[in-house]
Amino acid sequence: MEQTVSIGTILWTTVGVFLTFCLFSFLYKDNPFYKFAEHLVVGVSVGYWAILLYYNGINPNLFSHLFVFANDPTTGAEFNTWTPRLKGIHYIIPALLGIAMWTRFSRKYSWISRYPLALYLGISSGIAIPVTMKNNVLSQLRGTVVGLGFDWSVSGFLGVPQGIWDVVVVVGTISSLIYFFFSKEHKGAWGGTAKLGIYTLMIGFGATFGYTVMARISLLIYRIQYIRDWWKMIF
Amino acid sequence: MTLHDRLLALDRRWVFGVLALFVIIPLTPMFSNFSVPVTPVKEVREIYDFIEGLKPGDYILLSLDYDPGSLAELHPVAYAMLEQCFAKRLKVITLTLSQTGAQMVEEAVKDVADSCKLYHGFTPERGIDYVYLGYKPYPGLIILGMGMNFRIPFPQDYYGTTLDSIPMMRGIKNYDNVKAVINLSAGNVSDYWVADGNARYGVKLALAMTGVMAADYYPYYQSRQIFGIIGGMKGAAEYESLCKNPGTATEAMKVQVFAHVVIIIFIIIGNLAYFLGRRQTAPTQESR
Repeated sequence: MEQTVSIGTILWTTVGVFLTFCLFSFLYKDNPFYKFAEHLVVGVSVGYWAILLYYNGINPNLFSHLFVFANDPTTGAEFNTWTPRLKGIHYIIPALLGIAMWTRFSRKYSWISRYPLALYLGISSGIAIPVTMKNNVLSQLRGTVVGLGFDWSVSGFLGVPQGIWDVVVVVGTISSLIYFFFSKEHKGAWGGTAKLGIYTLMIGFGATFGYTVMARISLLIYRIQYIRDWWKMIF
Repeated sequence: MTLHDRLLALDRRWVFGVLALFVIIPLTPMFSNFSVPVTPVKEVREIYDFIEGLKPGDYILLSLDYDPGSLAELHPVAYAMLEQCFAKRLKVITLTLSQTGAQMVEEAVKDVADSCKLYHGFTPERGIDYVYLGYKPYPGLIILGMGMNFRIPFPQDYYGTTLDSIPMMRGIKNYDNVKAVINLSAGNVSDYWVADGNARYGVKLALAMTGVMAADYYPYYQSRQIFGIIGGMKGAAEYESLCKNPGTATEAMKVQVFAHVVIIIFIIIGNLAYFLGRRQTAPTQESR
């Protein structure tokens, strides 16, 4: 069965291919085509984000409380009548705090912005500190030592008993921590353990590097697949 | 000019050119029959097995928090996972916390729902089998809000329908009503899901993410704060193979092999140049 492709799909896919080539052209050297594509990406992203933020943030979270919204009788779409709504008058406080943030641009009145910023930091810290403590400290500590089963009967990575890998995790974590302990000189057994720590860190960095290479190549592959599919569609 | 000088003088555009060549060639029809084996690892299989173990009608939340820039690595997972969920007749709640992903995610969900007719003989209906809540800014606050009630951050879905008038959302209040949250992320939204979703509300959580992020999130898997992890395009290919749904990620694996061989060769050449250079400069230092 032959698939039909709309003119719109062909047109927009072709634009996508053209912009892909524009961006790749930077690898040869900087040029106006690259600059055009770069500016277009930034402009479209900012424009898209601004509109999205208005309709998904400011409109439902602020304006819908401060003003009366009505539905268009023909399309059913909701719109702002800009008639004040007394029931939600207290929403004026966060609105004023938000506006106060903009005083950062004035030398004379920039002190006002410290109030919303202080409130924001206070709330953020109150929310973040307990969960971060639980999430990144307590659960991780538990996972590193208590959570390990030291099970020698279960086969783990590369067919090696899981218990050995659990020992590797404990030794690797402790030796890495010792590497960052500078109050004692790194020599003798202490220095040897610190050296083991740096090797553990290097293995970690290597894994990150390997994943990063794969990720960057993945992006290139996807663009080539996109161009190939466009080619198949056109010819 | 010595070999060392030649290697140092090598224009980096040759590296780009050779790499591009070894990415393009495997994607030509000449290599259409060539494939590489994809063996799913435990952390990917656990997510697949979990979804397979759910009963029809169970609720699952897919938070698709990525944008077009990371579509290459995460779209294949999203497609395979959505199709798996629809085929299992699960009730799927989808949303995005990525500002430039709203429309892309909507298209992906609709795409998969439409393709179900072809592959599974039925079309999942919006509002009955799945719901797309859309995008809201400030992921941390949204995740915290959903822990109390989905209606706090999302009084309406992406299309403006109030949540209470959506059949599948009736009686569905918060995370207690969903079996798990699977977060597909290309940024720090995963941190919010782990901290605010898992640590605060005890949400059963699994992550799929870009390759760049993967190594940083394995400690959460080790400590069982998350029950599975799908890292980068390799993880995506593994998930596709588990779903018996080979797509762009599976095809990309053969290209990854060629590209990695080329990169390894360039790393060896780079190191060779470094050691040759060190050998050349060493006598000069001694002579001083």
